Amino acid sequence: MAVQTQTLPKPLDLAPVFKEAALAGLLTLALTVGLVGIRTIEAPGGLSFDTRFDDVAWAVVIVFLGRFALALTRAGRPLPALIGSAAVAAALTFLLLIGEGDPHGVLPFDDPIVSWIVVICAVGLAIRAAVVLGSVEAGSSKAADREQVMDRIAAQFQYATRWFGPLFAAFAIALPFLPFGDRQMVDLATLVLTYIMLGWGLNIVVGLAGLLDLGYVAFYAMGAYSYAMFATEFGFSFWLCLPIAGMLAASLGALLGFPVLRLRGDYLAIVTLGFGEMIRIILTNWWWFTGGPNGIGSIPRPTFFGLPFDRTPEEGAQAFHTFFGLEYESIHRVVFLYYLILVLALITNFFTLRVRRLPVGRAWEALREDEIACRALGINPTNTKLTAFAIGAMFAGFAGSFFATRQGFVSPESFTFIESAIILAIVVLGGMGSQVGVVLAALLLIGLPEFFRELETYRMLAFGAGMVLIMIWRPRGLLAHRDPTITLHHGAAAKAHR
Amino acid sequence: MEYFVQQLINGLTLGSIYGLIAIGYTMVYGIIGMINFAHGDIYMIGAFLSVITFLVLGTIGFTFIPLALIIMLLISVVLTAAYGWTVERIAYRPLRGSFRLAPLISAIGMSIFLQNYVQLLQGARNKPLQPIISGGVVLMEKDGLTAYMSYLQMVIIVLTIVLMAAFSYLIAKTSLGRAQRACEQDRKMASLLGVNVDRTISLTFVIGAALAAVAGLMVTLYYGVIDFFIGFLAGIKAFTAAVLGGIGSITGAMLGGVLIGLIEAFWSAYFSVEYKDLAAFSVLVLVLIFRPTGLLGKPEIEKV
Amino acid sequence: MSEAIAMLPTDARPLLIVEHLTMRFGGLVAIDDVSFAAGDGEITAIIGPNGAGKTTVFNCLTGFYKPTVGRLTLNRPDGQFLLEQMEGFRIPQLAGVARTFQNIRLFPGMSVLENLIVAQHNKLMRASGFTFAGLLGLPVYRNAERKAVELARYWLDRVNLIEQADWEAGNLPYGGQRRLEIARAMCTEPVLLCLDEPAAGLNPRESAELNELLLSIKAEQKIGLLLIEHDMSVVMGISDHIVVLDYGRKIADGTPEEIRNDPTVIRAYLGEEEEEALPPEVAQDLENLTKSD
Repeated sequence: MAVQTQTLPKPLDLAPVFKEAALAGLLTLALTVGLVGIRTIEAPGGLSFDTRFDDVAWAVVIVFLGRFALALTRAGRPLPALIGSAAVAAALTFLLLIGEGDPHGVLPFDDPIVSWIVVICAVGLAIRAAVVLGSVEAGSSKAADREQVMDRIAAQFQYATRWFGPLFAAFAIALPFLPFGDRQMVDLATLVLTYIMLGWGLNIVVGLAGLLDLGYVAFYAMGAYSYAMFATEFGFSFWLCLPIAGMLAASLGALLGFPVLRLRGDYLAIVTLGFGEMIRIILTNWWWFTGGPNGIGSIPRPTFFGLPFDRTPEEGAQAFHTFFGLEYESIHRVVFLYYLILVLALITNFFTLRVRRLPVGRAWEALREDEIACRALGINPTNTKLTAFAIGAMFAGFAGSFFATRQGFVSPESFTFIESAIILAIVVLGGMGSQVGVVLAALLLIGLPEFFRELETYRMLAFGAGMVLIMIWRPRGLLAHRDPTITLHHGAAAKAHR
Repeated sequence: MEYFVQQLINGLTLGSIYGLIAIGYTMVYGIIGMINFAHGDIYMIGAFLSVITFLVLGTIGFTFIPLALIIMLLISVVLTAAYGWTVERIAYRPLRGSFRLAPLISAIGMSIFLQNYVQLLQGARNKPLQPIISGGVVLMEKDGLTAYMSYLQMVIIVLTIVLMAAFSYLIAKTSLGRAQRACEQDRKMASLLGVNVDRTISLTFVIGAALAAVAGLMVTLYYGVIDFFIGFLAGIKAFTAAVLGGIGSITGAMLGGVLIGLIEAFWSAYFSVEYKDLAAFSVLVLVLIFRPTGLLGKPEIEKV
Repeated sequence: MSEAIAMLPTDARPLLIVEHLTMRFGGLVAIDDVSFAAGDGEITAIIGPNGAGKTTVFNCLTGFYKPTVGRLTLNRPDGQFLLEQMEGFRIPQLAGVARTFQNIRLFPGMSVLENLIVAQHNKLMRASGFTFAGLLGLPVYRNAERKAVELARYWLDRVNLIEQADWEAGNLPYGGQRRLEIARAMCTEPVLLCLDEPAAGLNPRESAELNELLLSIKAEQKIGLLLIEHDMSVVMGISDHIVVLDYGRKIADGTPEEIRNDPTVIRAYLGEEEEEALPPEVAQDLENLTKSD
């Protein structure tokens, strides 16, 4: 016992620890008493309310205990914090598992997910305490070390994509024929791929060129509406509409980008947001041209190079299934759409990978790193940014066409700011400039909530929290890692970035 | 003429509200150079807290309106300020010195979080509230057209003027204001000279949130209906106001707010109600393109 | 123009002629009617106390500022460029004026080699058929890129960074970053290289190496060098011509020998009351003290 007291840094003064925890609890009380404790209800005679002060009390207690554990860890006593939080986590997990179906038996929260979040936080505290405990015994461990570990993981991940990238693509191609590749699965995969494509497109603008574009959805809308109009008004086919939509979106990008691209980063972000909203307002109100809030319906569905996916094709025409001598199945169209977006997404990816190794791609990255140095090297900053902006817009336009043909219907509601924010979150979370990061983030943010329907309610909440946490924890994104586009010493590249 | 005066009054009222929110943007931008994208949502929270306080007061039988309003104001301001403080502490403070766009992205995340937080807790539907202050005076009347100023509009405009005066005093004369201005000029030097930079920045957020809460209360009374999404548009309009006035300048924020309010009122009255939000966005885009320093801002010399 | 040429103390061909350059920021006059010339194939140093307006001259020359008044003429054998009328990025692109920065501006996240390839952007952009040929992977572009890498390799060799070619530029030690910035500027194949305090922060050995590098660039590339420098050993050791600025005005102009003995210069550097010049080490220390940024 005597030995143990000697190893402790200094005698523990509990008063500041208590004070810190109590302040955190008090703050929680202030934050929750209004919005959590009292819920407004729309009653017939006006507004009434309902109280849930037990939730508030629990929140205060939980934050108090959590902060207490954290303060203890900071004060150099990680062991009790570790034991305490681990015990709480274990007990809660146990109760939650046996009490399934009756969440109120454990914590008063409506939704067991809230309780699970508490468990996760407790586990986090325990891990943190354990790390501190470990580092007291075995040297120091700093945030910088953690950053380096993450860098190494990201680098290895990037290296590994060389092998599992093609594998993943092969899996994606085979998906509709795999046992679990039913209609629902293919539909979900189509949705995820749409976001992957949008993410890759935005990655050119945000990840490579470093331009924060908060109005990316405007170009997506431009693509969707151009497709819808050309297809319904002029009866153009998908393959004709696709390039038109891409070009129009790119032109819109160039048009909007030209006056604003010399603005500083955060101003540019707000202006692009403004443009995105303006486009949406125009789409909503210019009803004779865009159909107003009702949008444009009965957009022709895509055909397999002229062969429609209809059960009964028009007189004299052949449908996909009759041409190939197949039984009619509605899933043919779903699978075709899936392959369509897969091809579009892969084109986006190959384009990006290729363009990174070309002068214009290197200039984008150089601009992101230092615009003034670029000017001193004779690079035209406005034109270079403009190409990034327009090319990113073009891919959004392609994705928009796909969206229109898949839905058969477009309306302004699909193109709100939140859509831009979701695409941005995919890029930011995955790691700016990282192609594989976008895939991972899209799977995580789009695919996962579809699997866990009960998470749906919390999806946007988690989006927001995720963006904040990623910025704090790893501002360049989970898998942010950059490989040089050209090397002098072959093989030495892996050694070079330490 | 009467119609014009009426729009002028409406615009001034609206502008006062935008101006109060805009101060939060401009102060934060001045001191740490970031766009606090979540500020609009702080204002939304302020509005919700005032509705909630009003409901509770009504239930416990508190019917003396002036006192009830003051209590609403106080509670909403204090609790909203707690949100302002917490947002800064959690989402922005750890990012000082990170790469330049990190705080903005974090702020966007925070904004999405707060919106959905309120939506989850309070529901997505509109929250209607019966009018608390009614009545007003007819200023002009001619050919059946009247220019009418409600007592509520008077309260809003007067309260805004009082707050502005108090706030200007705070910035110009108190030690907090000095600390704030010092941090704006040079944060490192200020901290070397003994200014508690963290605390000053926190207080900036607290003050900004408190003013936004006042604006939230005003909007609740003025429109009588709120929802979890009001922060987005109001936030952008107030930001536009801050940019128009010259970001970093507090007088500019107020001036910008009034101008945006007037533009919106006259645009809706003489041009098109559907496109009224387009007016604010167009002003934002045009100002940033042609005069990014705003009306009262100082030009920045590019450091090479 | 004749007036400026007359000021060239050597018999070199004037490459850059600055006439009546004035730069005002609001009420502040940063440069006040400065005229001088820089010879082709010579090293011209601009010296002066802090705040004398040296970097502002550079910023005007390289298009970051538009001078309030003045004419900046670059006389290339193949034509004349009026720099004050050109858009910033065109000055390096067309006129061939390259520069480095006082507080190094590399592309820190990109590799050392990539930094040098980006410097050859315009050439490569044309070779890649403005990206279209490059996307198709045509041999035109591949050959151009190979040549660009060769040029980069040459300069990496010259500045002793060949081993670190694949490092992230931001991971280089300070001295290496300074050298890389010079190599990067040289990769734009300039006719005039402007160096803003290249020796700042270097130790004596590195500083001596820098001198040799600059002298060899002058000898081999036959280009003009314009140098802002505080380190008097560098200035006196390598320059052919020195221009002294003080409070935005030119107070002296001549060969190092003339400048060393110019009483106005000594006064400007050491104050009115000081009669005798301090030894260079002490002057350097004084400089470093006053430079505390």
